[in-house]
Amino acid sequence: MAEYHSIRELLEICECGNQKIWEAVMEQEAAESGLTEEQVFQKMERMYEAMRLADENYDAELRSGSGAAGGDGEKMRAYNASGKNLCSPYTSLAMEKALKMAESNACMKRIVAAPTAGSCGVIPAVVLSYEDCEHASKEEIVQALLVTAGIGKVIAENASIAGASGGCQAEIGSASAMAAGALAYLQGGDNEQIVQAATFSLKNMLGLACDPVGGLVEVPCIKRNVAGVMNAVAGAQLAMAGIRSAITPDDTIDSMRRIGNDLPVCLKETSTGGLAVTESAKRILEKISKKNL
Amino acid sequence: MNIFEIIGPVMVGPSSSHTAGAVRIGFVARNLLGEEVKEAEILLYGSFLATGRGHGTDRALVGGLMGMKPDDYRIPNSIEIAKERGIKLRFGEAILKEGHPNSALLRLKGESGKKLEIIGESLGGGRINIAQIDGIETNFSGENPTLIVHNLDQPGHVSEVTAMLAHKSVNIATMQLYRSGKGGRAVMVVECDQEIPEEGIRWLERVEGILKVTYLKKAEDE
Repeated sequence: MAEYHSIRELLEICECGNQKIWEAVMEQEAAESGLTEEQVFQKMERMYEAMRLADENYDAELRSGSGAAGGDGEKMRAYNASGKNLCSPYTSLAMEKALKMAESNACMKRIVAAPTAGSCGVIPAVVLSYEDCEHASKEEIVQALLVTAGIGKVIAENASIAGASGGCQAEIGSASAMAAGALAYLQGGDNEQIVQAATFSLKNMLGLACDPVGGLVEVPCIKRNVAGVMNAVAGAQLAMAGIRSAITPDDTIDSMRRIGNDLPVCLKETSTGGLAVTESAKRILEKISKKNL
Repeated sequence: MNIFEIIGPVMVGPSSSHTAGAVRIGFVARNLLGEEVKEAEILLYGSFLATGRGHGTDRALVGGLMGMKPDDYRIPNSIEIAKERGIKLRFGEAILKEGHPNSALLRLKGESGKKLEIIGESLGGGRINIAQIDGIETNFSGENPTLIVHNLDQPGHVSEVTAMLAHKSVNIATMQLYRSGKGGRAVMVVECDQEIPEEGIRWLERVEGILKVTYLKKAEDE
């Protein structure tokens, strides 16, 4: 059976077999792993369940080891509940969930790396909020997760999903592109619209630095998960309107790899550049070192 | 690439390299010791040392040493749990000549008094490498069934090991040989595609010139 290592190949497989993207991803994974397609689906269903549980277990009282992270998800919930929120109920809820998940991660709670721990808020926020607001079925959400995994696999194989090698574009950027594809799928988009959505969202994140304060997965990682959500919504909305990217999906992923290679080391998870070396960052680090004494 | 490396693993945060990878290092070290850990000296190097506390690397390693997996919700409290179990812990800085940025040196003592010293490296995404066992360089992930044989540097020990594996229909994936010096102590690290039956391991332990046999079963999925 044909394998896919690019978005073009993935679309060709879908076209030949008259399949949706999630079906092709599931079939390919079954062929590679020796599991049945049903087992692959069930395994992804367990990832969905772990995401749901992590979202429900958010604790507004928790603070991270550094003391710098926690409680913002609750602030967002309260603001959304006030009815004064700027965005639609769906987008507002997705922002809230992204903050909660990323804070839970910083506070050593159990999460699903998607594709990484630092970017673990984006995809669950986009799909779980959709399930809650738009009454999608659990099966559709698991299908959407298979879509994200297929897109993420191509990005990982041709560029990177690690901040240390590609910068934050590789983490939040990848998560946002994957989530945009899921959202386009859930909105009834066809295979082409799904990859267009992912392409818009990836393009918009190119060049993003990985500059965490003190090397911790807290500042700016947590709030960047929210940016990843908003950018996924934008990508999906563009694709669903029938707008097409001037740069192809695979060219965009290639650019991401090149930009990742061109990024200086100080902006690739070494905390020696960008936000990590600001006066504000130094003040946070002083507080952390006092706390640890 | 497996899609569950993209969506997954399920893990306790905040970092796949500094937390999930650290749990795996502790877990593999405990399995290499082959018994409950009673005393552990945990020495950190590089980024593990610099940002380890904020990432819970210390608690992750201790959790792994008690047999916890990366998704175990008890990891944030592992140090307290270890104290309740009467496990002696000491933390410090590892002085390594050339270490991977995310390295941990673990000196362990088991309930029977058995000792083990290993250096583990966290490579990213939760994947690890065991770089040293008892002062001798190694290079394996612990993801496959792995046989580690300490022997005297004499002719014939490699063929004894491979003959046993052939007899048990176990295929070798990778094999590495190291020695401290000519005629000194040697170590074989054999990564296999299948599990090695218990009696094969027992047989090797009785072979003259073989000093120590350690067997690491395949890492269980989830």
